[in-house]
Amino acid sequence: MLLFRLKNTVKLGVKSLWMHRLRSTLTMLGIIFGVCSVIAMLAIGEGASQEAQEVIAQLGSTNLIIETVKPPEKQTDTGKVEAVHKYGLTYADAESIHNTIPDIQVVVPIREIDQQEARYLNHPKVAIRIVGTIPWYTEISPVQLIRGRFLSSIDLHHQQSVCVVDEEVARKLFTFDDPMDKDVRIQGNYYRVVGVVGAPALAHGQSGFGNDTAAPTNPSGAVAGNIYVPLTTAKVRFSELAASFSGGSQSIERVELQKIIVKVDLAEQVLPMRDILDASLARLHDKSDFRIVVPLELLRQAARTRRIFSIVLGSIAAISLLVGGIGIMNIMLATVSERTREIGIRRALGARKRDIIVQFLSETLLLTLTGGILGIILGSLIPFLVTYFGRMPTVITASSLVLAFGISALVGITFGLYPAYRAANMDPIESLRHE
Amino acid sequence: MAVVNIEKLCKTYKIGSVQLPALREVDLEIEQGQYIAVMGPSGSGKSTLLNLLGCLDRPTSGRYWLGEKDVSELDDDELSLIRGKRIGFVFQSYNLIGQLNVIENIELPMYYQGFSEEKSAEHARELATLVGLGDRFKHRPFELSGGEQQRVAIARALANDPLIILADEPTGNLDSESGGEILAILDRLHQQGKTLIIVTHDESIAAHAERIIHLLDGQIKREVHNKA
Repeated sequence: MLLFRLKNTVKLGVKSLWMHRLRSTLTMLGIIFGVCSVIAMLAIGEGASQEAQEVIAQLGSTNLIIETVKPPEKQTDTGKVEAVHKYGLTYADAESIHNTIPDIQVVVPIREIDQQEARYLNHPKVAIRIVGTIPWYTEISPVQLIRGRFLSSIDLHHQQSVCVVDEEVARKLFTFDDPMDKDVRIQGNYYRVVGVVGAPALAHGQSGFGNDTAAPTNPSGAVAGNIYVPLTTAKVRFSELAASFSGGSQSIERVELQKIIVKVDLAEQVLPMRDILDASLARLHDKSDFRIVVPLELLRQAARTRRIFSIVLGSIAAISLLVGGIGIMNIMLATVSERTREIGIRRALGARKRDIIVQFLSETLLLTLTGGILGIILGSLIPFLVTYFGRMPTVITASSLVLAFGISALVGITFGLYPAYRAANMDPIESLRHE
Repeated sequence: MAVVNIEKLCKTYKIGSVQLPALREVDLEIEQGQYIAVMGPSGSGKSTLLNLLGCLDRPTSGRYWLGEKDVSELDDDELSLIRGKRIGFVFQSYNLIGQLNVIENIELPMYYQGFSEEKSAEHARELATLVGLGDRFKHRPFELSGGEQQRVAIARALANDPLIILADEPTGNLDSESGGEILAILDRLHQQGKTLIIVTHDESIAAHAERIIHLLDGQIKREVHNKA
């Protein structure tokens, strides 16, 4: 019985909408665009949030990253031709943090040497970055061990010439050979490969906002990946001096550590810890040659960006749905007055007011739900375009589709109720007389 | 047994501050199976009486029993129910719904009374055959002649086996030939024992009825009994 009614109502609705195909389609446009923007908004938001989460997973939500930055040039040593310009984080800083600040789980000093070339036998050279660090590096970064082991404290203690290469480097360096226990030559020294790790997902800093923490400074940009060596080994084998040319004059820079990564127990401790680190390092440094990056902050920044997107797309969606809804109401009012006589006939044949309401409301719903489905189809294409052209990650979730469908139903009910109510309250005698 | 029993029925329309009496204390009793014609010049209250008899309107005062039920003070939903169950309408301009085919039009009253799909479709086919449209089930109203449309309307009026059938100038829009066919169908229904109330201007049509009621200025002026 109920099924019969539903079938009849839908059939009738389809018939009368089909009779005015163009009108129905034009009426649906507002809903289609509205639903499109809802889907796109949610997909972009979800994509951004997942990306942020990945970055956080990569950088660690309980990590604080202290980076060396080049301080503003001082004009004091212009007189000297080859003044060594020393700045940045030092081994002493790492030591001091480790010894004086409580509540720290681990402190990992990192020395990065860019623009290095590695070679295996007479294979072609591969551009790599040396990362000098300590075994506890695995605690602050999700290193995925594929073969062998990571650096050990014995390696560190004895300044062993060993290295751990990442997957990408291993493939380029050794092509088909097994990298384990092979010797890699870097700047005339040989390092034995003791392990292979997975390349970090965001290693090359192409993630939009993570790039200032992990970006290689190599101008050619063709760094295959990282080779990890014990920090002590890196300290003795690689010069801390680097020459740079600025404004025609050469200057020598000396930087001990590129990064110190500090890990705390809980995410809540991260922000207070930043202030503590800031204060204690400021005592040791007379120049502002470091900065503290908090991945959690990056997440907040991402959330802010996402919120702006949501506001813009959300407003488009809201306006579009509102205008679309008003358009639908307008059309339904026209339909009702066009079909006054039909309403009179139905009333004379025993239709109650609520039967008439159901009839017109379901017609409106049919209109908005069809618009909703078309909007969902079109809207699902938009995120692909955004990903393709805008290089932004997007994720369409099932719940966003359900939400979009729900919104179109809500618009249908909201804007269909008044026309349906008006139809039901027409006087049967008057409507029968209506031409 | 009286199917329709009207006592001192009044209907007054208010237009602005002016009271316009359309029916003045009409008494009328209609027996089961009677064929009644209502005549009168325009403005005599024919339409008002028909609307009241058809439960499309409520009287200002007076009583109206349809069958055993007093319907003079029912609310809108109850009146809808009575219309759907007890009354069949045949209008001058057929009043079929253009988007529906013959069968669907005949099904309408049953649809609102909650008949099952199969039952109402079967009954609608029977009725369509009865009025001679056995081969045009799927046709839409615009594909039918005026006479055929009116036959669909009669079939629709019969769908819920009503107590009374109200016909408002049923041949008014038809040529004499199709008009004759319609009257023949009504005659046949009368012979089958249906109660018919027909509103007309035409004496020759009224001549088909057993009783002719002449209305003037909202009152029954005279009543004529035809010898069958």
